[in-house]
Amino acid sequence: MSDITQEQVIQTELTAAYPCLQDKVRIQRARRLYAAVSKERIGEVFAFVVRNMDFSMLCAITGLDEGETLGAIYHLARPDGMVLNLSTSVPKDRPMLRSVTVFFPAADAYERELIDLLGFQVEGLGPGPRYPLPDNWPAGQYPLRKDWTAPDQAGPQREGSENPDV
Amino acid sequence: MSEIRSRNVTIPIGPQHPALKEPTSFSVTLSGEKILQVGVRLGYNHRGIEKACESRSFIQSLYLIERVCGICSHSHSSCFVQAVEEIAGLQLPPRAMYLRTIVAELERLHSHLLWLGVAGHEIGFDTLLMYTWRDREIVMDLLAAITGNRVNYGMNTFGGVRRDISHEQKADILKAMDTLEERTKYYISVATEETTLIQRLSGVGVLSHDDAIRLGAVGPTARASNVKRDIRKDDPYAAYDQVPFDLITSDCCDVYGRTLVRVGELMESYKLIRHLLNNLPDGPLAVKAPRKIPTGEAVSRYEAPRGEDVHYVRANGSEKPDRVKVRAPTLANVQAVAHMLKDRYLADLPIVVAAIDPCFSCTDRLIDLTRDGDGRCDVITWGQLHDYSMRWYKGQGMDLAKLNNRFKCGESS
Repeated sequence: MSDITQEQVIQTELTAAYPCLQDKVRIQRARRLYAAVSKERIGEVFAFVVRNMDFSMLCAITGLDEGETLGAIYHLARPDGMVLNLSTSVPKDRPMLRSVTVFFPAADAYERELIDLLGFQVEGLGPGPRYPLPDNWPAGQYPLRKDWTAPDQAGPQREGSENPDV
Repeated sequence: MSEIRSRNVTIPIGPQHPALKEPTSFSVTLSGEKILQVGVRLGYNHRGIEKACESRSFIQSLYLIERVCGICSHSHSSCFVQAVEEIAGLQLPPRAMYLRTIVAELERLHSHLLWLGVAGHEIGFDTLLMYTWRDREIVMDLLAAITGNRVNYGMNTFGGVRRDISHEQKADILKAMDTLEERTKYYISVATEETTLIQRLSGVGVLSHDDAIRLGAVGPTARASNVKRDIRKDDPYAAYDQVPFDLITSDCCDVYGRTLVRVGELMESYKLIRHLLNNLPDGPLAVKAPRKIPTGEAVSRYEAPRGEDVHYVRANGSEKPDRVKVRAPTLANVQAVAHMLKDRYLADLPIVVAAIDPCFSCTDRLIDLTRDGDGRCDVITWGQLHDYSMRWYKGQGMDLAKLNNRFKCGESS
């Protein structure tokens, strides 16, 4: 029994509750677990780990441009330092996620970031100011998409400056 | 008349406002002097650093990431290198781990001393600002001596650190820790005995234990609401699993509690730095890191002075990162601030906002002087600039050198 690590306990508990996650929960190192969940099941798996497995902190949500799909990773943590990274993918033409602000009010800013920078749609997110782009940012421009480049990336070279990046 | 009295007013505070040290916009709905609702608009400092990393090499990204913040630059750079080192499977030499941790704790010292000064200023106690910021200079000088820079130290590299600490520097740091510890004991006595300060900060910006957990507060903000949450303990990195230190919490749940936690953490940092220096392992400073980082992903957590810093890095086998995600501590505390301000007086807004210690940058320390006439350019070193300021103030009738000597002899308190 002592040979079984806490990470393996989490892995077993998760796959027992959701057989569809068999072989999809990966232990990368001590205190780091990764699980890929389908977009249909992400809502219930998320609720399960928060309510039943003590993952009481949402560290961040990372958005990814995966080519055909957009990916979201929910970085959840337990007070004992275990981090479970739940990832899911949604099609780019209908990048719909369900808001997790009912569990974590602080997710508000993280979800608005997904909307602004990658063009996600988040169902159930309450009204509020956009974040982090300016109010006059053109619609349909998502800076973190791989095919997006700044309209004038080099910018005018400053007078007297040898390096335009400075 | 009664109609006017019952009318609520919404006023904008920011993005540029004397009470704020960096651009943020609060939309505050008031009934008289009482705050009914607070809307927070962030993003004025968004510089697209995550996107910029994708078009730069890992090593270039490291220097860019260090510039996410002027105060906790080592926090961001360490958090980022940790993630990349995990993906690349690099095992750091013990000496590198210790040196990284020493700089991390020095950074916490100057950040907390800075905060104490800002807090003093926000409540009209500018003497505290002058005292703590003078003491903070001791730490800044140490950091400049070790790394060559007051901020943005460039200490980290993939696989280790770039600079060592010599025997002389070790002695200087240990001596400085003694001076700072003495000073901090004085600040603790001010914080625990000075009734004006206690009464001004107590019951202000209240965040209950349950609300701190529910709203996901981090760092001293969470610990002052008695939430035992510190990444150095919960998810140890660098050398934190090898050094003894206490987790400082307070059950005051207000700005006063946040003050007690930070001064308490200063004392722990002195203890940590002494232990790290006295047990500094011998050996190399770094292992060689590949230019191309193998495909993989990693989540890195770090206890920055303001709370948990989170980085996510994904590599695709090339020399450029595929994705870099940064979640700085202030973002996690924004919901908590909006909650703390509700039903409080408008006059408390500056100190309540300051109490989570939102980040702002330091100024550059190098000045280019162009001579009149020939247009030649000279560079003033830090020491020369220091001497210049001493001479200038002496000309104004204020001999700061004498004053500093008095403080060094412990006559000030």
